[in-house]
Amino acid sequence: MVYRSHVLVCNGTGCTASKSPEIMAKLEQALVEKGLDKEVKIVKTGCFGLCQKGPIMVIYPEGATYCHVSVDDVEEIVNEHLVKGRIVKRLLLGDKEAEDVAKSLENVPFFSRQFRVALRNCGVINPEAIDEYIARDGYAALAKVLTEMTPQQVIDEIKKSGLRGRGGAGFPTGMKWQFAANQVNDQKYVCCNADEGDPGAFMDRSVLEGDPHTVLEAMAIAGYAIGANQGYIYVRAEYPIAVQRLKIAIQQAREYGLLGKNIFGTDFSFDIDIRLGAGAFVCGEETALMTSIEGKRGEPRTRPPFPAVKGLWEKPTILNNVETYANIPVIILKGADWFNKIGTEKSKGTKVFAVGGKINNTGLVEIPMGTTLREVIYDIGGGIPNGKKFKAAQTGGPSGGCIPASHIDVPIDYDNLIELGSMMGSGGMIIMDEDNCMVDIAKFFLEFTVDESCGKCPPCRIGTKRMYEILDRITSGKGEEGDIEKLETLANNIKQSALCGLGQTAPNPVLSTLRYFRDEYEAHVKEHRCPAGVCKALLRYMIMPDKCKGCSLCSKKCPVGAISGEIKKPFVIDQNKCIKCGVCMDTCKFAAIEKK
Amino acid sequence: MKSIEELKAIRDKTLKEMSIRDNEDKMRIVVGMATCGIAAGAKPVMSAFIDELNKRNITNVNVSMTGCIGICRLEPVAEVIDANGEKTTYVKLNPEKARRIVAEHIVNQRVVTEYTVGAAEK
Repeated sequence: MVYRSHVLVCNGTGCTASKSPEIMAKLEQALVEKGLDKEVKIVKTGCFGLCQKGPIMVIYPEGATYCHVSVDDVEEIVNEHLVKGRIVKRLLLGDKEAEDVAKSLENVPFFSRQFRVALRNCGVINPEAIDEYIARDGYAALAKVLTEMTPQQVIDEIKKSGLRGRGGAGFPTGMKWQFAANQVNDQKYVCCNADEGDPGAFMDRSVLEGDPHTVLEAMAIAGYAIGANQGYIYVRAEYPIAVQRLKIAIQQAREYGLLGKNIFGTDFSFDIDIRLGAGAFVCGEETALMTSIEGKRGEPRTRPPFPAVKGLWEKPTILNNVETYANIPVIILKGADWFNKIGTEKSKGTKVFAVGGKINNTGLVEIPMGTTLREVIYDIGGGIPNGKKFKAAQTGGPSGGCIPASHIDVPIDYDNLIELGSMMGSGGMIIMDEDNCMVDIAKFFLEFTVDESCGKCPPCRIGTKRMYEILDRITSGKGEEGDIEKLETLANNIKQSALCGLGQTAPNPVLSTLRYFRDEYEAHVKEHRCPAGVCKALLRYMIMPDKCKGCSLCSKKCPVGAISGEIKKPFVIDQNKCIKCGVCMDTCKFAAIEKK
Repeated sequence: MKSIEELKAIRDKTLKEMSIRDNEDKMRIVVGMATCGIAAGAKPVMSAFIDELNKRNITNVNVSMTGCIGICRLEPVAEVIDANGEKTTYVKLNPEKARRIVAEHIVNQRVVTEYTVGAAEK
């Protein structure tokens, strides 16, 4: 069946939340009404990455990209675009006046500055159609390794590519595979870490939703390389769409014989099962994850022995992250030499970031390693909203740290970020502007780790809690001389003594903000002042006498009667009564009220 | 899946269906599908273009629609735009003419002069 037009509708989580399923239903109905259902094909795709502008719809052959599409727009799109061939300019992404829209997707800086390897199929294919994945050279890498390469050649190719784990720590993937391959054992396992838990990170979810087969294919390749016949994908139950598409993908791959016994008529057999996690952050740690797959409480254990020696059910196991796997088929097909030319000396390839916070284009971007933060924020991300000043970017989530504005031109790669006191992490990137208080940010992440600590080892269970208490004290204006030093000592002790990665990295947000924004901490402790004006307890609303006209509007609006004065003379706020609600500031017509 | 050939067969078949989503510089056939065009029979013309291209396994040509070009009396109208942006305007089409344009213009790179707007306006 040949269609004259394909309508791609994003069905990632973001666009699904803003009603893309309803849009698809309406579209289907409208096409039937117009008798176009045999001419126009509706294709459900994964995330395009431009979540800020969703729901996204792309219509081919014109390649017109529509953004912020609503259910009510469907009729116009069908009547104008699909019936009459007239592009609905008001919904276009980017230059709405552009004469030639044929390449609109590629012409938007958000896309043109990216380099997509892991996300190559996201928003391009229907994730629920294995044929579309195959059309984009899917499973060709698996065919190649099974028929042309030995397991050791596969490992050597991955080693040569320089691929490092995309889950955060950046361990060389080829070496990990080698360790597991060297083990002599009749049973080995391949696991996939899809327990993405950093606040604000959604890279893995988008790959699973947009291109689930690439993970299956890569896991089978890994299985062949290390000699495993069984794989497990550990994915959080909070990702219902990803789980659903994985299930469909596994089913389809089994039907085609791409999973199961004697794949491509060879001796190699491999199958994959899904294990759902309940969403505990610690289960993203490798030993805890495997313990959880075994059906026990998800708690980490000491290493060594490393999972490559004794992992799942005490058998040699490799565990890689979703994004790491998404790179594997490309490396096999295009070769290690193609891959290792991308990126920097020690960080090869690309990295996917989920960019959020104070930025215009919230969404998913994939950039070559070595791209600077400035390019990500200003060229791809479209800059900071409301003309505010960029202050810092937080990477690595609760295990990472921040990159201050002074380092905005540092190329992003594993080693540079570590040097700056942050880390690559899984790829969450939260952009902060001048209105963000760094002490408050550190407190936010620490609160997260206190919540998510499994409680097995005391440094993490008790230590992070104590750190949180100190931060809470500082942000509520009760900070004491010596608190900052106490924080530092505690942080360093926890780093060295905690059992697993969660605890060892938990103090990072505090240490890194202390490194670059110590003055903010000091202002909180010594002057009881929050320079960014975030910490409520430290705020003071003041009326500036020279600007106040004495209109009395604020005193009428104040819910607690804290403002008094004589008409036509400057009013005064009684700081003891003030509850810092900010109503006076919003009502003042003369901008005479300041918060400090 | 027992062989790489099977995988390849699926790949080639699906790739053909998906080629429409490829936005490289390629030839385009743009059919006028405004009220005038549709009334004059543009729809079967468009279907003929798509069908003929498909029969001949030609994937590097996009068929798309456009609105009224302004020469309603000569509808159905279609323009063939090559990779360099060179335009040829064909008028008063029917499905048979469309198929011939594919055979002559697209495959053999020879403009079918007698169907062009120039010939019609003589």
